[in-house]
Amino acid sequence: MGLESEIPVLTTTVEKMVQWARRSSIWPVTFGLACCAIEMMAMSCSRYDVARFGAEVFRGSPRQSDLMIVAGRLSRKMAPALRRIYDQMPEPKWVISMGACASIGGVFDNYAIVQGVDQVVPVDVYVPGCPPRPESLIYGIVQLQRKIAQQKLS
Amino acid sequence: MDHDALIASLQQTIPGVAFEPAPSVDPQATVYVPAANLHDTARTLRDHADLSFAFLAELTAVDFWPREPRFEVSYVLVSLVRPQRLRVKVRVEGPDAHLPTVTDLWPAANWLEREVWDMLGIAFDGHPDPRRLLMPEDWDGFPLRKDYPVQIRKGANYVEPLQVTEDEFRRSLEKDRLSRR
Repeated sequence: MGLESEIPVLTTTVEKMVQWARRSSIWPVTFGLACCAIEMMAMSCSRYDVARFGAEVFRGSPRQSDLMIVAGRLSRKMAPALRRIYDQMPEPKWVISMGACASIGGVFDNYAIVQGVDQVVPVDVYVPGCPPRPESLIYGIVQLQRKIAQQKLS
Repeated sequence: MDHDALIASLQQTIPGVAFEPAPSVDPQATVYVPAANLHDTARTLRDHADLSFAFLAELTAVDFWPREPRFEVSYVLVSLVRPQRLRVKVRVEGPDAHLPTVTDLWPAANWLEREVWDMLGIAFDGHPDPRRLLMPEDWDGFPLRKDYPVQIRKGANYVEPLQVTEDEFRRSLEKDRLSRR
């Protein structure tokens, strides 16, 4: 962005403007599946305050969301529901796989749990931990913001 | 009333059924009942004025594979007038296990029997709604059986979203509108 000293105007490209707008207001869909959701709630509360990164508006409807944080183990019975909620989100949309269970199945190496949500939805950022601390999830969101900042408008 | 006295009184009240006392570590009397006598015995336990086991507190099953008969189904009954608890066990042969339902006696058995069917594959004959309870309805196999492969590697099932063209969407909308008229 160029800043003219005389005139109070910022010049930029549309692409940069859109990237900035998208990454600065990521609205996550409320999708807590297990104990990771507790850390996700802690992240959105005042102590960790994800509002600093513009991602505090948890939406009850997938149609108003940009980001799905898969917080917890995904059972095989839940997988079609997760996929349906993902499909209902408008483009552009991103997915964070939060914790060991969502990423690779975690300790639940059994018939009931999907061994990684990337079998069901495309994942942008994996956040390790069991559960990840709120700082880890915020770091994951910042990584996602960097990723969004590099996405070209084609 | 202690366990032996309860079981003796059961034997007296319901002759013709071979009650077999079983050891228990908690203060609940436990008896084995032959599967063939289960339903009649359960009815008498519920309806007999001296027994009145009107409340089915729990119904579950255990797989003792590879022992045969491999399944044991437990019914925990509560009599509110005595007051007393009684654990009734039934041995069932697998793998094609069958038992008569007790849903007609205790409606509480409905979901419990569905759970036992879902997890262990014991069919309850005469059950009003014999569907799976916990697992997806198209699931193959019974996960709590000891010979079930627990660390099964299966892909996740999901349904692809329905793709319609704008034309199809409009036609479907029009059809819907006409049907509401």
